This record gives sequence, C-alpha cells and structure tokens, in this order.
Amino acid sequence: MIPSSHALLESNFQSKIDNEIKIEPKDWMPDDYRQTLIRQISQHAHSEIVGMLPEGNWITRAPNLRRKAVLLAKVQDEAGHGLYLYSATETLGADREQLIDDLHEGRAKYSSIFNYPTLSWADMGAIGWLVDGAAIMNQVPLCRCSYGPYARAMVRVCKEESFHQRQGFEIMMSLANGSPAQKEMAQDALNRFWWPALMMFGPNDATSKHTAQSMKWKIKRHTNDELRQQFVDATVPQAELIGLTVPDPNIVWNDETKHYETSPINWDEFWQVVNGNGPCNKERVAARKEAKENGTWVRDAAMAYAKKRSALVTE
Amino acid sequence: MSDQEWPLWEVFIRSKQGLSHKHVGSLRASDAQLAVENARDVYTRRSEGISIWVVASNNVFASDAAEADAFYDPANSKVYRHPTFYDIPDGISHM
Ligand SMILES: [Fe+2]
Ligand SMILES: [Fe+2]
Ligand SMILES: [Fe+2]
Repeated sequence: MIPSSHALLESNFQSKIDNEIKIEPKDWMPDDYRQTLIRQISQHAHSEIVGMLPEGNWITRAPNLRRKAVLLAKVQDEAGHGLYLYSATETLGADREQLIDDLHEGRAKYSSIFNYPTLSWADMGAIGWLVDGAAIMNQVPLCRCSYGPYARAMVRVCKEESFHQRQGFEIMMSLANGSPAQKEMAQDALNRFWWPALMMFGPNDATSKHTAQSMKWKIKRHTNDELRQQFVDATVPQAELIGLTVPDPNIVWNDETKHYETSPINWDEFWQVVNGNGPCNKERVAARKEAKENGTWVRDAAMAYAKKRSALVTE
Repeated sequence: MSDQEWPLWEVFIRSKQGLSHKHVGSLRASDAQLAVENARDVYTRRSEGISIWVVASNNVFASDAAEADAFYDPANSKVYRHPTFYDIPDGISHM
C-alpha cells in the first residue's frame, strides 16, 4: 500500500528529528508541532518580558553603583531574551502583536514565578541565584531543541544567562556574610523564593500532559521532575556553603540514589498562581498593558517619520 | 491605538574583520536606520559585531524547502568536481 502523502511527510519529519536534523522555518512540519512551539516560545518570551518587572522594582534602590549597573544590564538582557524569542515565534508564522495582545488579555501564560513580589534587596539575590538558576537548567537542553530558530536563540540566551546567576549568588553571599540583619534578609528571601523556584519546572511528570509528545519531537529533552531534581541537587550545597538553610525540614541526601529527597510541592499554590490568583498577577499584566499604551505615540511617531522620509527619498 | 505594526527586518552581523556577515535573527523597526540601531542593542550588547546589515524580511526570496531534493539534484551526479574523484599514484606529493 502506498502511504498517503501526509503520512509520508509526517514520517520524513519524524525521521529528521530522530536523526538530530534541525527543523527550519520553511520545512514541512505537523501543525501540532508548530502550535506547540508557538505556545511554548511565546510563553517563554512573555516570561522574559514580565520577568523584568520584579527586578525593575529595585533598580533605583540598588545599594551602590556597581550593583545598580549590574542589575540594569541583567534586566536589559531579559528584554533582549524576550525579543529573540518573539522573533522565533514569527518564523513559525505567529503574529507578534496577537501574541502580546493574548498576554495582555489574560489568554497567554508566563512563568508563575514572576507573580511573586520583590520585598527586599535580598530578593534580587534570590532571583538571580534561584530563578535564573532554574531557568538555566531549563534552557541549556533547549539549545538542542529540534526547531532551529528556537535552539539558536537559546544558545545566545544561555551565554548571556551565566552572569545572571552569578551576580545573584554574589548578592546572597555578601548578605549572608554581613550583619545579622543582612543575613536574616537573605534567609527570608530564600524562604520565600525556594518553593516558587521549584515550581518553575512545571507539574510533576505524572500530571504533565505535554511532556511525552514534546520529548518525541525533541522540543524537550528531560522531564520536569528530572530538571527539578538536578536543580535541587545543585542548589542545596550552594546554600549550605554560604550558611543559609533551604526551607524544607524534610530535605535529606539519599546516598543510594545520590539525590536529595524533598517534601512534596504545594501544587494547589502552583495552580492558583498559574490561573491568575498569585500575589502579583494583576499588577504584572497591568504594568505591561500600561507600558504598551504609553508607548503608542512613540511607535506611531517613528512610523510617521519613516513614511515621511521615504516619501522625500522617492520624490 | 496604533494603526500599524513596524516592519520586520532580518539582521546580519560581521563579528570581526575578515569574516562574512552572518544571519543572527530578526527584529521590528520603523525604518532601516532604526533597525540598525535596534540591532546594535539587541544583538551586540557584548561586542559581538563590528558591522550590521539589515534587510527588510519581505525582500528575502528563499528557495523552496519542499523542492530541495529536485532543486539540488543536478550536483549529486557530478562527483568529478571533487578532488577525491581522481586517482593519483602513491609517491606523488604536492598535489
Ligand atoms: Fe532571560
Ligand atoms: Fe529565560
Ligand atoms: Fe536571566
């Protein structure tokens, strides 16, 4: 029997993936693959952009000029990450304005972590160390994602990401070695960001509905739980080294599995935050909408100027 | 409400003198001049380039990926274009 042309396209596509051949924008791809990527890459882009807000909150109050310049550069990088990723969605035929409208109208998701408030300077340390640290664990395997433009964007992002975690850890370390009040501030930030950072890896494998297909397509290379475990194993000793305590009374090293065991995650909190009921969801989306609205006149003026100039040239 | 989305530009960067410009991604900007300036901010924050080209994306005409097999087929049978096609006896050097 001759397979239908669609089945043939589909099997050619999967064999490319199986042979680690990248899929490029003009190649044939199943519609589900395209839609999965648009959803994932746009959520990632939104996370980079919304993620600027909690840190932007402290730029004007950084404790010294060095910290301020570093935080500014870090937040600027996140803007760049968002732009690389929106560009990647456009190679899939997505409409960028539509994606941004989806975010602003509450139809699109972004990482739940950015719906937590940044209450003290130590939170800049906790975010760089834990949130960027968790993001790196997620993003390193994405450099080998089957979709070329996404993989290339992630290579760029990962290169830039490496200072983000270090600058955060440095802040935590300085505070942990500082006065008792400073150390307490660092511990408090760790207490508040630890669990939300673990939730960044997404639901448990047993309940994650997209994982199997995404792994078959090599969009994902590791399951949520694998990456989360990797993060815990890397981070717990880092906390110990600077004299801070991870807020989990049940954390214990298992010498047989060579992994840390942790308490179960409060998934109810996770779903509450994902579904819009976190401490800052409304504030974050409102800030993005306001920024877009307030920038309208700038975008319009630039466009009007461009038209006027091109009219002058062609005359 | 803004009535028009900025056009899309493809960005090419020469990382150092002597190398060709390489495609790095795309961005949106109102005109070519601003596309170059935005490309500097988006793609060369760590001195990744010494020269930037931008090309309006709708001016890029690409070969058809679905036709690739037939399109590049003519080169497949011309193995004699490669030096390894020729037998040269042992002992001959500098060739
Ligand atoms: Fe980022
Ligand atoms: Fe990221
Ligand atoms: Fe980052």
